[in-house]
Amino acid sequence: MVRRGMSKVQGIAAVLAASACLASPSLAQGWEPAKPVTLVIPAGTGGGADQMARFIQGVVQKHNLMKQPLIVINKAGGAGAEGFLEMKSSANDPHKIIITLSNLFTTPLGTGSPFNWKDMKPVAMLALDQFVLWVNNEKPYKTAKEYIEAVKAGTDRQFKMGGTGSKQEDQIVTAAVERQTGGKKFTYVPYSGGGQVAVQLVGNHVDSTVNNPIEAVAQWRAGQLRALCIFDAKRSTYTAKVTDKEAWGDIPTCKESGLPVEYQMLRGIFTTKNATPAQVDYYVDVLKKVMATPDWKEFMEKGAFNQTFMTGADYEKWVESAQTQHADLMKEAGFLATQ
Amino acid sequence: MDELNALIGGFAVALSAYHIMLMVIGITLGVIIGVLPGLGGANGVAILLPLTFTMAPTAAIILLTSIYWGALFGGAITSILFNIPGEPWSVATTFDGHPMAQNGKADEALVGAFTSSFVGAIFAVIMITFLAPMVAKFALKFGPAEFFAVQFLTFASFLGMGRGTAFKTLASMCLGFALASVGLDGMTGTLRMTFGQDELLNGFKFLVAVIGLFGIGEILSSMEDGLKFNGPTAKLRMDAVIRTWKQLPRMWLTFVRSCIVGCWMGITPGGATPASFMGYGIAKRLSKQGKNFGKGELEGVVAPETAAHAAGTSALLPMLTLGIPGSPTAAVLLGGLLIWGLQPGPLLFVEQPDFVWGLIASMYLGNVVGLIMVLTCVPFFAAILRVPFSIIAPAIVVICAIGAYTVNNAMFDVWMMLIFGVMGYLFNKLRYPLPPLVLALVLGDQAESSFRQAMLVSQGDISVFWSNWLCGGIMTLGLVMAFWPALTALRAKFAGNGVVARPA
Repeated sequence: MVRRGMSKVQGIAAVLAASACLASPSLAQGWEPAKPVTLVIPAGTGGGADQMARFIQGVVQKHNLMKQPLIVINKAGGAGAEGFLEMKSSANDPHKIIITLSNLFTTPLGTGSPFNWKDMKPVAMLALDQFVLWVNNEKPYKTAKEYIEAVKAGTDRQFKMGGTGSKQEDQIVTAAVERQTGGKKFTYVPYSGGGQVAVQLVGNHVDSTVNNPIEAVAQWRAGQLRALCIFDAKRSTYTAKVTDKEAWGDIPTCKESGLPVEYQMLRGIFTTKNATPAQVDYYVDVLKKVMATPDWKEFMEKGAFNQTFMTGADYEKWVESAQTQHADLMKEAGFLATQ
Repeated sequence: MDELNALIGGFAVALSAYHIMLMVIGITLGVIIGVLPGLGGANGVAILLPLTFTMAPTAAIILLTSIYWGALFGGAITSILFNIPGEPWSVATTFDGHPMAQNGKADEALVGAFTSSFVGAIFAVIMITFLAPMVAKFALKFGPAEFFAVQFLTFASFLGMGRGTAFKTLASMCLGFALASVGLDGMTGTLRMTFGQDELLNGFKFLVAVIGLFGIGEILSSMEDGLKFNGPTAKLRMDAVIRTWKQLPRMWLTFVRSCIVGCWMGITPGGATPASFMGYGIAKRLSKQGKNFGKGELEGVVAPETAAHAAGTSALLPMLTLGIPGSPTAAVLLGGLLIWGLQPGPLLFVEQPDFVWGLIASMYLGNVVGLIMVLTCVPFFAAILRVPFSIIAPAIVVICAIGAYTVNNAMFDVWMMLIFGVMGYLFNKLRYPLPPLVLALVLGDQAESSFRQAMLVSQGDISVFWSNWLCGGIMTLGLVMAFWPALTALRAKFAGNGVVARPA
């Protein structure tokens, strides 16, 4: 019912906005949304992107950071293609923004859905989500090196890697790890959500996972899981103890444990393709205000995010190189739709 | 008895005028959400979630869970009155609830549905109160093979229970499986049967199908029957509650069975929808009144409602103790917990006892408040049936269309709903049962994923389903259930021969 109200308001507001634009082309003084802004989540409810988007919505509301309401909508169909295609088809509507996960790159490559990050305008990188190699605490592997040695010594596909979705970030990290296992492959078992993956590992139904920190932190703290290494170039900067003994910063990087693999997931915001610089600046400004709140800092620490903030040309360059990285990894693993 | 002390402490937290007010608001909103098809509990909670960021976590979760209780209660209303399930888990309630309304017993069906919802929920909360850690451990035993076994059992307990023949049930179920396979294949990450249509990326949404098959289909059938709803309009009598409650004690066994099925499905996590189907299927199979199911039997309302509410409530347990949501609504609540700064998982009970026990106490209170609220409204709900068909039917079509649109905010779904409506009408005419199709549509992709995950893990060895007692037991039970109609037919044949052999 609430939604129905919104869409009606949206419709009226769209008409008003159109007439307002005709009347006063005063974009030079900065831009303000003329109707509610829709934040599209190209994933289902309850996942990492969903949590972050709803968190942003909550912070915007709590601190009154936007004059127009921010509406959050899940468009998860076809591994997120639904959400991205909506952004592509509304290129002239700057009242739409989207939060990304790695499916920005993996979905078009893996399913052949006709879109590309260039169909949208990059706004800002909010953070990078980490990946950690986890095993069950009952298992004897104390380091990533020991685990990889065990995989090398085992038979092909003996070790089971659980992950979220298929041909998406978790399986890509798995494929990258497989470059280092002397030709031995994992049996990759796709599940529908990160929380489920963590619980399957606790129940010993899989041998290891590459869950994001926030997906497995509860089980880590309860002493059910062991973190072997983090897939980042440097150790995490969070040094507050999370478990009895360890902080995020105590987890060695995979590289220093003899597994030279790096992978992070973009948590970024894009808007529609034909947005003007003033419109992009408006969103950057709102996001900066969100990131300045103590709520955001707490959220970042809880999920052990890598707090890298980028906008403009830097951000675009990062996205471009990430696109190449994904295309290479997916090509090598045979995940491309055209293969 | 630590739990009792903790629970009393929880009541001290939950019992404040402010919290009771939040419950009343939440349940009212929830009932509205439950009545409107399409706007499910998960959507309702998701929309209101950001509003709660400024509240204390306990107050916020009381508000949001109350919406959830309200939606669980409300889903039954339109199922019974108009054969339109407001929520996925109330599909099974239509099987007997709507015939009851057609027989002029809408008020009894409503009271029965609300009361059994309440019983199911309270049973589940009591279980959460005392058995949480044990239950959480049990849930960890469930890998892909075990999940598939449970889903197989659900399908099996349904075979041969429809109105038509077992083959018609099977045909309907297979059509459901085919529809469920459209969209993204989660196992390989490729698109299936979308034929290049962007609209089909999302697959066929269960709610759209249900709104069309049941809601629009029903309207079409009513139009053919002379532009009115079947049966005499209910006489409005205020003693409906007492009249219905007098009939309930003899169904105690159905209550117990449905509570157990519901709790089990909520924890594993199967969710409220399969639980309601399974509760109905088992009651039909095992109850003395089973033959009359589908014709307007109160027990046929009690069984699915008890199971659905028990499952919906116990679905919160794996969310709190394991951090895995047992239902879509629980998934949204889980996100809420994280945002309020609470980390669901094994340590939540230890680190945040005030929150956890306040929540559990609010589950008792919220359901009591909810029951009182909905029971007092029964005469109003039942009175809706007195509105002339020419007024109510267009209103239903509009509400259905809005509901279908809301699921994905897509006009395409409204057209889909109309097509499903025609299909529902044809199914009725040709005497094919709809429930198996609906069940296959809602559980088909989960069952497929579990099966293929299990096959990946076992490298294609089918014996994985009998690799341990838990999984093997459920699978065997499922096989027995699937071939039950054949077995009873065989037995009847032998018994029949016996009779013939005897001299007349």
